[in-house]
Amino acid sequence: MTTLIRSIAVGAALFAAGAVMLERARAGSDEFFPPVTDPLTRQECGSCHMAFPPGLLPARSWQKMMGELDNHFGEDASVDAATAKQITTYLVAHAADSTGYGDMRRWLRGVPASAAPQRITELPKWVREHREVSPREWTRKEIASKANCVACHVDGERGYFEDD
Amino acid sequence: MQIRPRFLFLAALTMMSAAQAAQAAPRDDILAGYAAQAKAADAAFAGFSAARGEALHRDRHSGGKPDSPSCTSCHGENTRAAGRTPVGKAIEPVAVSVAPTRYTDAAKVEKWFRRNCREVLGRECTPREKGDWLAFMTTQ
Repeated sequence: MTTLIRSIAVGAALFAAGAVMLERARAGSDEFFPPVTDPLTRQECGSCHMAFPPGLLPARSWQKMMGELDNHFGEDASVDAATAKQITTYLVAHAADSTGYGDMRRWLRGVPASAAPQRITELPKWVREHREVSPREWTRKEIASKANCVACHVDGERGYFEDD
Repeated sequence: MQIRPRFLFLAALTMMSAAQAAQAAPRDDILAGYAAQAKAADAAFAGFSAARGEALHRDRHSGGKPDSPSCTSCHGENTRAAGRTPVGKAIEPVAVSVAPTRYTDAAKVEKWFRRNCREVLGRECTPREKGDWLAFMTTQ
């Protein structure tokens, strides 16, 4: 009986270790960005657009954005101070240049250290990855805007942004 | 230990109606709160009107953003169908009949009135306007 429990425990541990390694390997690729797991961030940042993975911007960008929510790309997206603080902490901890989770630094290639870009769609890597999408394609009604990732990346909510 | 199917059915029915009542109660509290504020602002206030709420919802207003002159700019003409945000994300229908969990969290209701009234009207809504609009949605 103890042997059985022990083998189950070893199996579970191996599985967990494998899952962590797989997650890290995927996080290193250009196509997987760990999705938002914090429920508050997911809810507040996912009402008007998808809750963009925090690894898509550096910490300094998230900090700037969270300080200007009353004018969020022209919209009033303000939240109360306690909510803003909790979301900022989460975004910064999981930002592209954080060491907390995976390594997204390659995603920031070409972004000056002094800049705090706000539009993900203006990052050099984003532009490069979407250079094959024709201007006509962007005007399709069901796309609506470049912020609507999931119009094309059907598994974007789960973090997958491979070519579709 | 046997549980009769009829008992299970009755239990399920009771739980379902209890759940609906549980959602109606906080909504009524929110409406009562707005009624008290409306009364404080105007002693002649005589209750909310779903008809006024519908007009507020459907009219084209000036003063807000050019892209969103009406609530229906994003929520759509049909209150029972999903709306769409300017960047393309679906919005849950606004009608209570198809979205029974809506308008049960006072802070959330206030947050969206504050944001959306500014977008559409260029100002915050009055307590009467908020109550009228909610009254309309509860009839939908």
